Amino acid sequence: MMRAAGWLALGVLVAAPLLIVLAMGFGTATSGVPPVIPPWGAGGWQGSLEAWGLVLSDSFYRDALWQSLRLAFITGALCLVLGFGMALGIAAAPPARQFIWLALVLLPFWTGFLLRVSAWVGLLRDSGWVNTMLMQAGLIETPLRMLHTEGAMILGMVHAYLPFAVLPLYASLARRDLTLEEAAADLGAGRWRVLFTITLPLAAPALAAAFLLVFIPAAGEVVIPELLGGPEALLVGRAIWQEFFQTLDWPAAAALATALLALLLLPVAAFQRLAAR
Amino acid sequence: MRRILLAAVAALALAALPGAQAPAQQQVVNVYNWTDYIDPAVIERFTAETGIRVRYDVFDTLEALEGKLSAGRSGYDVIVPTAEPTFARLLRAGALRPLDMARIPNAANLDPALMARVANVDPGNRHGLIYLWGSVGLGMNAERIRALAPDAPLDSLSLLLDPRHARRLAPCGIAVMDSATDVLPSVLRHLGFSPDSVVPAELEAAQRALLAIRPYLRSIPSPPALLEALAAGEICLAFAFSGDVIQAAGRAAEANRGHTITYVAPRQGAQLWFDVMAIPADAPNPDAAHAFINFLLQPDVMAAITTQVGYPNAVPGSLPLLAAEIREDRSVYPDAATLADSFVAGTPAAAGERARARVWARFRAGR
Repeated sequence: MMRAAGWLALGVLVAAPLLIVLAMGFGTATSGVPPVIPPWGAGGWQGSLEAWGLVLSDSFYRDALWQSLRLAFITGALCLVLGFGMALGIAAAPPARQFIWLALVLLPFWTGFLLRVSAWVGLLRDSGWVNTMLMQAGLIETPLRMLHTEGAMILGMVHAYLPFAVLPLYASLARRDLTLEEAAADLGAGRWRVLFTITLPLAAPALAAAFLLVFIPAAGEVVIPELLGGPEALLVGRAIWQEFFQTLDWPAAAALATALLALLLLPVAAFQRLAAR
Repeated sequence: MRRILLAAVAALALAALPGAQAPAQQQVVNVYNWTDYIDPAVIERFTAETGIRVRYDVFDTLEALEGKLSAGRSGYDVIVPTAEPTFARLLRAGALRPLDMARIPNAANLDPALMARVANVDPGNRHGLIYLWGSVGLGMNAERIRALAPDAPLDSLSLLLDPRHARRLAPCGIAVMDSATDVLPSVLRHLGFSPDSVVPAELEAAQRALLAIRPYLRSIPSPPALLEALAAGEICLAFAFSGDVIQAAGRAAEANRGHTITYVAPRQGAQLWFDVMAIPADAPNPDAAHAFINFLLQPDVMAAITTQVGYPNAVPGSLPLLAAEIREDRSVYPDAATLADSFVAGTPAAAGERARARVWARFRAGR
C-alpha cells in the first residue's frame, strides 16, 4: 500500500511533468492559447525537431548553459568549504548547543526567499546600508559598486544555498566515530593531518551529497542572478524564461530545460559511481 | 522588488478593506495591471458604488502578463496590455473577448484620434479601450548632466547614444530599462531605420550602437527598479517610460534630496505606446469586467488616475478636472509637434522577435 502510494506520487509529481517537458520540446510554436502545437495530435505524429535544432546549433544557449554550470560550481564549492567548517563546529558543540546552532542555520528558511534576496538589494545598493555606513565613517567618498555585480550574485547564491550544504554534512559529521580521530592523534598525526586523512575521506559521501544538493538547484536559478547579478549574467534560467515569455517559443524553452537536466544528470551519475565504490 | 512587495501588500490590504465580511455571492472582478498604475482610492470607490469586490494584481513586464494569458485560464477579468506588441499578439492568439460596447457607454468619452492609433491592430476598436498612454524618452538630472557635458543636447537621443556624451556622463550613472520592445524601436529610428525593422543589417547597426555605449551604463534594470534608482539619485540619465520618470521626479521632490528630475521626449520622434483595457476570452466574471472598465472611463476617475501616476489618459473630458500644472506639463501631455513626430512601434513576427531578443541579450551581456 505504502509502496503503491510512493510510486503514484513519483509518477504524478516527477515522471509526468518530466515527460510533458520532454514532449513539449518536440512541439511546434504557434499563435494561440496555449502557443504550442503538441507533437501528437488526432492525425498521429506531428512533432518537429526545430526547437532542438535551434537550441543545439545556436552558441547563445551554449554560453548560457556554460555560465550557469560555472556559477553553480562556484556556489557549490564555496558552500562546501563554508558548510563543512560550520557543520564541523556544530557537531563539536555540546548537544544542547547543537540544537541552537542548527536552528540558526534553518531560521532563514522560515523567511520568504524573495524577501531575503531583496534584503541584499537594500544592503548592497549605492544608497544602501553598507555604502551609507562606509561613507559616514569616512572610509570611502563615492559609493562602492556592489549591487549588480558577479560578486553580489555569488554572495546571494551562497547565502541562499548554504543550509543545503550544512545539513547533510552535519548529519554525517555528528554520527562519525570520534575514536578514529583520537587514534590518529595518539599516533602522532597533527590536526590538519587528521582532518585530511580521517575526517574528510570518511565524510566523502556527505560532501558529494552536499555539493549536489547545492549544485543542481543553483544551475537553474533565475531570481538571484536577476536581482543581484549584472546585466551580463545570461544564465540558462534567463534563456528559458526568455523563450517561454518573450518569444513565446515553448518548444525551445522545453528543449533547453531538457538539455539542462541532461547536463545535471552527469554529476549525479558520477556521484552514484563514487557511492558504489 | 521592494516595490512589488509593497504593491502586493497594498493589494492585499485593498482586498481586505471593503469586502472582507461580504456575503459569499458578492461579485468579484480580478484585475491585472501594471505596478504603480492606478489611484487606490478609485478602486475603493468602485467597490463602494457597485458592491463588486476588486482583486487587484500587478505585473511589471509585459512578458509576465503574456505568459500567464498564453497558458490559458489565467483567472483575470480585466487586463491592461500595451497595444503593441502584447495586445496585438493576444488578439491574434484569440485570447481576448470582444467587448460589449452597449455595457460600456463611457467608451464614448474616449478621444477618437487616439483610439484610431490603436485601431491598426484592433480594427474597429472591438477588443480594447485605452486606459493610459505615454511616450518613451529620457529621464534626467539636467544639472548634473550640464556639469559633466555642457555641450551635449538635452532633447536628443544622442545624449544617450553618442558614446562621446555617454562616456562623460558615466560617472553620474546611466541606465536603460530592460525592455527590447520599448527601447529598440527608438534606437532603430534614431539611426534612420524603420522602428519595426527586423532587417539583419539594420538590427546589427542598432546592436553596434547599443554596444558602443554599453561600457558606460551602470545597469539595465526593470522599469520599476529604474524608477527607484532615478528617484534615489543613483543615476542621472535614464531611458524610460514618461510616467515612470514623472513618478521618480515626484518621489525625489518629496524626499527633498536636492536633485530635480525632468522628462524629455526625444526631439527626433518619441515612441508612443497605449495601454488598453481588455477582457480575456476565458474571463470568469465578464459582467463585472465590463462594469469596471465603464467605471474607469469616467472623466473624474481618469483625472484622479492621471494625477496619481503621471501618465495621460485618453478621455478629453478629464482635462478640465486636472490641476493646471499636470494638464500643461508637456512631459505628461506632449504638445502637438511632439505628437505629430511620434511613432507607434509595430509587432514583429516570431522570427523577428527572436532576432530582436538576441540583439537585446548581447547588449545586456556587453559582447
